[in-house]
Amino acid sequence: MASLIGSAVRRKEDPRLLTGNGCFTDDIKLTGMVHAAFLRSPHAHARIIRVDTEKARSLPGVTAVFTGLDLAGKMKAVPAMWFLPGCDLKPKDRPALATDKVRYAGEAVAVVIAENRYVARDALDLIEVDYEVLPAVVSQELAMQDDAALLHDDVPNNLALLWKAGEIPDEVFADAEVVVKQRLYNQRVIPSPMETRGAVAQYNPGSGEMTLWCTSQNPHIHRLIYADVLGIPETKLRIIAPDVGGGFGAKIATYTEEAVVACIAREIQKPVKWVEERKEHFMATSHGRDEVLEVELAGTKDGRITALRVTNTANLGAYLSTFGAGCPTIDFGLMVTGAYAIPQAAVVTYGVYTNTTPTDAYRGAGKPEATYQIERAIDLFADKIGMDPVEVRRINLVPNDAFPYNSAMGVTYDSGDYQKALDKALEIFDYEAFREEQKEQRQKGKYLGVGFSTYVELCGFGPSAVAGAIGFQGGVWENSTVRVHPGGTVTVFTGTSPHGQGTATTFCQIVAEKLGVPLSDVELVSGDTQSVSMGWGTYGSRATAVGGAAVSLATDRVIEKARKIAAHELETTVDQIEFIAGQFTVKGDLSRSRTIQQIARSANYAWNLPEGVEPALEGQSFFDPSNFVYPFGTHICVVEVDEGTGEVEIKRYIAVDDVGRVINPLLAEGQVHGGIAQGVGQALWEGAVYTEQGQLQSGTFMDYTMPKARFFPPIESAFTETLSPVNPLGAKGIGETGTTAAPPAVVNAVMDALKPFGVAALDMPLTPEKVWRAIRSGRDKE
Amino acid sequence: MAHQAEVSMKVNGAESKSVIEPRMLLVHYLREELNLTGTHIGCDTSQCGACTVLLDGDPVKSCTVLAVQANGKSITTVEGLASKEGLHPIQMSFWEKHGLQCGFCTPGVMIAAIGLLNENPDPSEEEIRLALEGVICRCTGYQFIVDAVKHAAQTLREAGETKVAMADSMKA
Repeated sequence: MASLIGSAVRRKEDPRLLTGNGCFTDDIKLTGMVHAAFLRSPHAHARIIRVDTEKARSLPGVTAVFTGLDLAGKMKAVPAMWFLPGCDLKPKDRPALATDKVRYAGEAVAVVIAENRYVARDALDLIEVDYEVLPAVVSQELAMQDDAALLHDDVPNNLALLWKAGEIPDEVFADAEVVVKQRLYNQRVIPSPMETRGAVAQYNPGSGEMTLWCTSQNPHIHRLIYADVLGIPETKLRIIAPDVGGGFGAKIATYTEEAVVACIAREIQKPVKWVEERKEHFMATSHGRDEVLEVELAGTKDGRITALRVTNTANLGAYLSTFGAGCPTIDFGLMVTGAYAIPQAAVVTYGVYTNTTPTDAYRGAGKPEATYQIERAIDLFADKIGMDPVEVRRINLVPNDAFPYNSAMGVTYDSGDYQKALDKALEIFDYEAFREEQKEQRQKGKYLGVGFSTYVELCGFGPSAVAGAIGFQGGVWENSTVRVHPGGTVTVFTGTSPHGQGTATTFCQIVAEKLGVPLSDVELVSGDTQSVSMGWGTYGSRATAVGGAAVSLATDRVIEKARKIAAHELETTVDQIEFIAGQFTVKGDLSRSRTIQQIARSANYAWNLPEGVEPALEGQSFFDPSNFVYPFGTHICVVEVDEGTGEVEIKRYIAVDDVGRVINPLLAEGQVHGGIAQGVGQALWEGAVYTEQGQLQSGTFMDYTMPKARFFPPIESAFTETLSPVNPLGAKGIGETGTTAAPPAVVNAVMDALKPFGVAALDMPLTPEKVWRAIRSGRDKE
Repeated sequence: MAHQAEVSMKVNGAESKSVIEPRMLLVHYLREELNLTGTHIGCDTSQCGACTVLLDGDPVKSCTVLAVQANGKSITTVEGLASKEGLHPIQMSFWEKHGLQCGFCTPGVMIAAIGLLNENPDPSEEEIRLALEGVICRCTGYQFIVDAVKHAAQTLREAGETKVAMADSMKA
C-alpha cells in the first residue's frame, strides 16, 4: 500500500463545500436573531462633538442603537497581544466604538440593532453625528515630523515604537568596495479574503454562557482576548470558527466589532448577527505591509556581500493591532539577510501611528518585506558590479554544510539546500536559451525580462520561550487529541483552526497512515474552543509544522498504548510486538496478531487490560517546537513589457519550493499557486490608495485590482524536499512561500525588461501607467 | 410596513412563493427566505461573483438582481447541481482537481463555469480564463479551477451531454 503521507488524495472537506452545505458565519440563523450594522466615520481624523441616535431608534424594526458612551462600562477597549520589549512601545487599544475622536475613515462610531439588515442600514442614515474635522496624516514619514497632526496626545511624533537590532559601524560601508543604497516602498495591501468578517453572538442569561461564532483564524486567541474585554470567564465564553472563507492574516486580529456584537447580545438578551460588507472590509479590517525600506548593502567587486543595513519606517495605522508591533520588527528584521551568508547586518524599525486603518499580518507578515528588500538589493548589487544576478546569488547563498546556520540577525536556520532548489528551477527554465531569446526580441522591439528570488522565510513560530522573550502575549505550542472509538473509527482534535488549507484532509492523512486505518475512518474536529483544549492559531505557516506535529505525536501515544494491550492479549512482551499497517503482530509469528480496530474495542470495553493500563484508546500531545522552520526555494518570473502601454504580462512563472515533508502534493501545489497569485498581485496590481486627507480611494473591488484568472499563465511548480529537524514530520510550512518569493521575482523581471530604457527602480505595484511613465522618462533622457 | 410584493419562482425545481419587500435582492431572497445558504455574498459592487446563480439557464450575479425581477423565472443554485445519485460533473471535477480551498467563492465559480460550458463545450485554457472574468477567487490562483473546468468539459463531452444538465432543477 502506498503511503498516505505524501499522497495526493482528494479533500475530505470538499463534498460539503461543493454542494452548498458548508456553514459559514453568515449561514447561521438563530431564533429571534437580530442584525447589527455599524455607522462608520467618513473622516480620517475628527473630534466627535455630538451623536444623535433619536431618529434611528424610533424607526420601526429597530431594536436598539448604541454609541460608545452607551457601551461604557460594559466592555473594554480591545488590546493588542504583541508587546515587543526594548522598543519604547506605546500601545494604543481600539475603543469599542469611538467616543471622543475618530482616527481613521471607517472607524465605528455607533451600531444599530434591527430586525433585518435592510432596516439596520436604513437606520444608519438617520443617525446624526457632528464632527470637528482635524488635520489628518497618512504617510508614516510625514507623521514623524514635528508639525504633523498627533493621533494620540501622549505619543510624540506618532512614534509607537523604535526597534533596533544589530549595529554596523559606518566605516564598514565607507570602506566597502561596493555599496548599493536603495529606498523601496513595500506598499499597503488589503488582504481581501472572499468571505468578509462576521459574527453571531448568543448569550444565555440563565447560565451566563456566551457563544460567539466568528470568522477567526484562531478561536482560542479570540477567547483569550474577548474574555477579558467582555468580562466573561474563559469557561463561559465559547468561540466557534465555523467554515471560514479565507483569512490571509486578516482574521488573526481581535477587532472591536465581534466583541461589540457579543456585548450587545448580552445587553439585549437576543442573538445578534453582524456581517461585514465588502466596503466595510476595505476600511475596517486590518491592512498589510506599508513599509518604507531603506537598504544599504556593502560588498566586494567579485560579488560577495559583506554587510547589510536596513531602516524600516512602518505604518501601523491608527491603533496598535493584535500582531501590529511584531510584523515590521521581529518578523521582518530577523529575516533581512535572506538566504545569504552575510556576516554583518543591522535593522532599525520605526513604527508609526497614522490616520489609516491599522495594519497587521498579511500572508507572510514581515517576511515578504524582508525578502523584497534583499532580493531587490542583490539585483542592484549585481548590476553595479556587472555580474549575473544568478551568479551573485550562488556566491552568497548559505552553503549546505553551514546548517544549522546562525544568521547575523541571531536566528538559526534549521536546514536547507539552497543551491539544489536554484539548480532545479534553472533546469526547468533554461536560462541560457532565455538570454538568447531576450537579445533577439529586443532587436524586434519586444522587451522580455527575467527575475529571480532565492528566498527563505521563517515559519512555524516556536518555542514558546522565544515568544515570551519577544513580548508575544501567549504561547506558540499546539495540541492534539487522537481518540479511537470502540468501533475503530478515529476522531482527531486539533487546536489548529483551518480556513481553506485542507487541514481536515492532511491531518487525517497523518493519522490514517500512522494507525493503518482507512482515511474515511478518520475525522477532524477543530475551530471550537469547547471541543478543543487549546490552540494558538493558524498563521505563519505553522499549521502542519506545529499543529500537524502535535497530531503525529498524539497518534504515536495511541500506538504506544495499543501496543501494550496487544502484547497482553497475545501473551508476549511489548518489545516482541511489531506494528505495521494497522496490525500488531508477534515478531516471527504472523498467526498471532490483532488489528488496531480489535485493540480499540478491547481498550474501550476494558474487560481485560494489562496491569496499570487505563481504559480507552486516546493519545494527547502538547507540542512546543524547539525552533522556527525555514522553508526556502527559487522562483523565476519571465515578463514581457509592452513598450506602448506599459502593461506587464507574465509569460512564465517557475516555482521550486522546499517546504520539508509534503503531506499532500495536490494541496501543497494549491498553496503555492494561491500564494504566487497574491504575491504577483502585490507586485503588479494591488495597493491601497489614500488621499492626503485619509480617504481610502481603493475602497471597493472596482478600485482595488484583485488578480483574475486571465492575468496568469499556468504556474510551473516543483518541489525539493529537505526535512526539518525541528518537528517529527520534517515539515516546514507552505502557506506563505508565494507571497514571500513572488514580489521581488516579478519586480526584478520588470526591471530586467526595462534595462534598455535606463530605469533603475520603481515601486510596486508596477501598474501600466507607472511603467509607461518610466519608459517615457527613460526615453526622454536619451 | 413597507410596500410588499408577491414573488413566485422555481428554484432548483421547486416552486416558491413569498411576499417580500420589493427592494430585496435575489441573493437575500435565496439565502434568507429559502434558506439556500450555498450562494454566498462576497462584495457589494457586483465584482466577485460568489453569488452567481443561473436565471433561466444564464449565469447572473444574484446580488445585482432584485428578487421581483426573477418573478416567474427558473433559478438554479449550487444546491441544485448534485442529484441523489451523486455530484454533478462540475462538482466532481472541482473535487478531483482541487479547484477550491476555502470554498466560499466556489458555488459562484462553478455556476459561472456551467454558463461557459453551455455555450462552449470544448473551451481552450485561454477561453476558460477569460470566461472566469466575472469571478474572484483569493485562494487558488485559479490554476486548479481552470483544470477543473477543463476536466468537467471533457467529462461532459465524453458523456455526450451537449447542454450541462441540472440534476433536479431542469428535470422538474
